[in-house]
Amino acid sequence: MKGNEVIAEAAIRCGCDGYFGYPITPQSEIMETLMAREPWKETGMVVLQAESEIAAINMVYGAAACGKKAMTSSSSPGLSLKQEGLTYLAGAELPCLVVDVARGGPGLGTIQPAQSDYFQATRGGGHGDYHLLVLAPASVQEMNDFVALGFELAFKYRNPVMILADGVIGQMMEKVRLDDRVPRWSDEDIERISGEWALTGKKNERARHVVTSLELDSYKQEEFNHKLQAKYRRMETEDVRHEELSCDDADYIFVAYGSSARVCQKSVQLCREQGIKAGLFRPITLYPYPRLPLQALARRVKGFLAVEMSAGQMVDDVRLAVNATAPVEHFGRYGGVIPTPDEIVEALKKQIIKA
Amino acid sequence: MSVELKEIIKEENIVYRKTPALTGNVMHYCPGCSHGVVHKLIAEVVEEMGVRDKTIGVSPVGCSVLAYNYIDIDWTEAAHGRAPAVATGISRLHPGKFVFTYQGDGDLASIGTAEVMHACNRGENIVIIFVNNAIYGMTGGQMAPTTLVGQVTSTTPRGRDVKLNGFPMKITELLARLDGTGFVTRQAVHTPPAIRKAKNAIRKAFENTKKDKGTSFIEIVGTCSSGWKMTPVEANRWMVEKMFPEYPLGDIKDI
Amino acid sequence: MTEEIIIAGFGGQGVLSMGKILAYSGIMQDQEVAWMPSYGPEMRGGTANVTVILSDARISSPVLTRYDTAIILNQQSMDKFENAVKPGGMLLYDPNGITRPPARDDIAIYKIEATRLAAEAGNPKSFNMIVLGAFLKVKPIVILDNVEKGLAKSLPARHHHLIPVNIEAIQSGMNHVEKS
Repeated sequence: MKGNEVIAEAAIRCGCDGYFGYPITPQSEIMETLMAREPWKETGMVVLQAESEIAAINMVYGAAACGKKAMTSSSSPGLSLKQEGLTYLAGAELPCLVVDVARGGPGLGTIQPAQSDYFQATRGGGHGDYHLLVLAPASVQEMNDFVALGFELAFKYRNPVMILADGVIGQMMEKVRLDDRVPRWSDEDIERISGEWALTGKKNERARHVVTSLELDSYKQEEFNHKLQAKYRRMETEDVRHEELSCDDADYIFVAYGSSARVCQKSVQLCREQGIKAGLFRPITLYPYPRLPLQALARRVKGFLAVEMSAGQMVDDVRLAVNATAPVEHFGRYGGVIPTPDEIVEALKKQIIKA
Repeated sequence: MSVELKEIIKEENIVYRKTPALTGNVMHYCPGCSHGVVHKLIAEVVEEMGVRDKTIGVSPVGCSVLAYNYIDIDWTEAAHGRAPAVATGISRLHPGKFVFTYQGDGDLASIGTAEVMHACNRGENIVIIFVNNAIYGMTGGQMAPTTLVGQVTSTTPRGRDVKLNGFPMKITELLARLDGTGFVTRQAVHTPPAIRKAKNAIRKAFENTKKDKGTSFIEIVGTCSSGWKMTPVEANRWMVEKMFPEYPLGDIKDI
Repeated sequence: MTEEIIIAGFGGQGVLSMGKILAYSGIMQDQEVAWMPSYGPEMRGGTANVTVILSDARISSPVLTRYDTAIILNQQSMDKFENAVKPGGMLLYDPNGITRPPARDDIAIYKIEATRLAAEAGNPKSFNMIVLGAFLKVKPIVILDNVEKGLAKSLPARHHHLIPVNIEAIQSGMNHVEKS
């Protein structure tokens, strides 16, 4: 199955309650697959084509406010439009899942794959001090796995979770093991999981629930921000994920996520064939960033090459983690161009090994 | 002979009682503002229909952003203009609930035009309460899409000029043209008879939700004495003289 | 075993579906597979290409610059991919519409007259299966049984009656491929 189709299938299987979207290449297959599958007949899941990305993310906001598992998907220009909704979701502490199958920019850009939404994804993206928890799949299998995981983390933290993929992962087909079907949450489940805040209709025995991000008292707003920050610190200790490939004996480390990591896997092979001891460090969560394990590697390797389909965004996080303990360089292709395994090897030789 | 207050407040003397669906919070609205009356009418309808536990409100950005402090039901607050989309998400996943949005003219007829058009066009089973006072109240009296030609606001200091700003937007008439709306009406709350009519309209809209009769849309032409820089009495008079000819009261669509 | 293949031609020649059938066939014999198409406006009438990788191990990059096999179905693709075949690799092409045949001497070059054979069989749509047959004759990386299963998996049920015709076309391709 294609990565995009797998997202749709995984959503149905994990008991998602509602998908709201707006077509944009290269991710339209997600809504197309859902519409073809008619999950409302099978699980009761709602699938609705909204009039805009703005409306779609706000429909997610409404559904999420009810304690439901709601999601949307889009690609880069559409994500720009969703930023308003995302900061409101974060500010109202609502769980939801957002998929960005990124393409090249800026502006209308290109429909070809890119990773230039990294800052937008990991720094919050909209106004205010907030973060999304960001998962970066590097295979079609992870497109499946991160849907259920994404919802789990979203509800664990009451925070929006983003799956940051790109056109390669979205359009690629690979073998995939789908999850077993999980029923949608019942009203009792929602009461148990989110009964303290979800909009379920005010019963006599409880106070009314108000889902809002508004607090006019600055001191209370600051206090609320402290609470958000504490939540992000907790993410940093409990839910950082990464993968290391051939790093044990490596002199040089490629740092790459998503499809760039797949290309770098090949570069590691090519390096090893040429007698260069290279390894791959793949962040799986982009926020929180796996800073500590990278720091640990920095003490014993000769250099890092951050490889991204962008002009240099994730490399900032690599530099922050490495903190000048070892050389860090960046190699990027962008605007929809995918780096090749060979040019990455050449970049390593030129920028790190010779230097 | 002096009468103690507590001697007057007795069950047998009570002719009016605050509906329990209103919280006891003191409203932040200016004297003469229409919002308080509209809030009360919604609370009464919800209480009388016995659907408080099934009603979910969506408040806007604007003066009524804090509506959730006054009506004792579950609420969410939406981003500016997005309430109809938020209500869509709630209503689609809570088919049995009474979902309504409460929006002002800037929120609904300016920044949220797309959301309200499409929610109405899909015939979302929701109630939309639209309070039109021809001005942005919360941000300090700027021009709204419904501001009258020649009306002075802080961003039209020489009066609204159609060459520069276009015409007052009659969004209610526009929405009535969409096949998704079932009940579209324009009301006011400046006199007791008008208030009774407005309440009936709100009641009918909530009943329509039960019957799944498409989107119900109620415009309330209201006053903003602060923004208009008038006394409440002057504001009511100005509304009758200037607003009603442009925004005539009555049902526009009822299927 | 890892086989990295590029299939390139015009949109409408069945390039993507040929790749898909090959990928599904690989799954049927328990291999790791990746299928990575070019996508976007170029899908509609312009050039189309797809990378297919079959492997016994975890697959690294789905985006490659050098291939074990290039299956080339128009001149633009020949210009683009002839030099992308690894030394010792294989290039398979349909000479129909090719004005500059491949010239490399460090790779094995095969020809299949798939356009002509498909037209003669009165079934132009079988073109891509003839090409697939030619490839599988030279590199039998998946067995015919599994191709049949792969076809069943990648075709919607309403097209399953076409499987025998497709198998016939694959066999025709196997019989007619020639080394050049």
